[in-house]
Amino acid sequence: MTGVTDVPFWLEIVVSALLVASGLTVVISALGFVRLRDFFSRMHPPAIAYTFGTWTVALAGVLYDSTLESRLALHPWLVVIVLAITVPVTTVLLSRVALFRRRAAGEADTPPPLGRAVDVPPGPDLSQ
Amino acid sequence: MSLVRKVLPAPLTSCAVFALWLVLARGTGASDVLLALAFAVGVPLLTSRLHPEVRVRRPLVIARYLLTVGFDVVSSSFEVAWGVLRWRWRRPDSRFVVIPLELRDPVGLAALAMVTTVVPGTVWSELALDRSAMLLHVWDVGDERAFVARFKQRYEKPLREIFE
Amino acid sequence: MSVVLLTAIRFAIGCYAFASLLVLVRLVRGPRAQDRVFALDLLYLHAMLVMLVLGIRYQSSVYFDAALLIPLFSFVSSSALAKFILRGEVIE
Repeated sequence: MTGVTDVPFWLEIVVSALLVASGLTVVISALGFVRLRDFFSRMHPPAIAYTFGTWTVALAGVLYDSTLESRLALHPWLVVIVLAITVPVTTVLLSRVALFRRRAAGEADTPPPLGRAVDVPPGPDLSQ
Repeated sequence: MSLVRKVLPAPLTSCAVFALWLVLARGTGASDVLLALAFAVGVPLLTSRLHPEVRVRRPLVIARYLLTVGFDVVSSSFEVAWGVLRWRWRRPDSRFVVIPLELRDPVGLAALAMVTTVVPGTVWSELALDRSAMLLHVWDVGDERAFVARFKQRYEKPLREIFE
Repeated sequence: MSVVLLTAIRFAIGCYAFASLLVLVRLVRGPRAQDRVFALDLLYLHAMLVMLVLGIRYQSSVYFDAALLIPLFSFVSSSALAKFILRGEVIE
């Protein structure tokens, strides 16, 4: 590692504030995940940890590493990009699973499949 | 022109791979740049059969859309966190909302699914078979018609401009 | 590295550990399989956050590489599990 410099104190304060913010939001999201009653409501609080909780840590890493190595070090932000690609896939898959299983079990307050709720244009006439 | 097109079938992907490799390697030495160039040319050539032809337009709209989504992620993070904290006193109005869609492009719909899932407070749940509507679970709906109108204006309209 | 930053790092890691305990409660209690899969995914996320913070603390690139790999593992395992509880089969 070349050009190692000292990190100014104000930047350490900023990085500390970001880390504390991340820790608090992650605890709140876990709290919501344990507390809420319904599976679909429970999917919302973890999204805070996936986005805000990770963004703040990655930003802290970018700021700290960039100053320490005195060049633009963007690599912690890659984690945010990877999460932005992978998390929607698992979340959508799990919510589809939950919908499917609740419909199969015939539970109440589950919305009907959309294919029938909306007008589908008539297909070709197959009666002949 | 056709030679450039042959070597670089997807210039945007090539740029992204190039930047990704340089950031991942954490250096800008000659070897890193050469390797990044090799990947930037090689990866789109090898994977060109895997992904469909995607046309993206209006870079300004894309930039503004990314800023909007980033801002909304932060603001609705606070909203959901506050809702969790006072959950004992006020239950949020969480329910499913059906949103009629005008966006038909599959890549645009994928982007919309990504955005709704990344922004806290909304989870994409289902797409109608004919792509005419989607099912969204929302943390705190309030006025349903106002929510649908705001959603379409804020998230769907820019995507239609970008992909259609 | 000043005392402020060291304290903040300890606080953040403590928060992640506490959050993981809370998520563990949901993992044990269920009630349905999808809750458990989601809880597992969150545990992966907390491990990744701890890795990122340790990377800031010790300035070692190994932590960052681990932090980049964890979401990939969590993606594969969660989607495989989701597929499994949907159909009872991973590969159709």
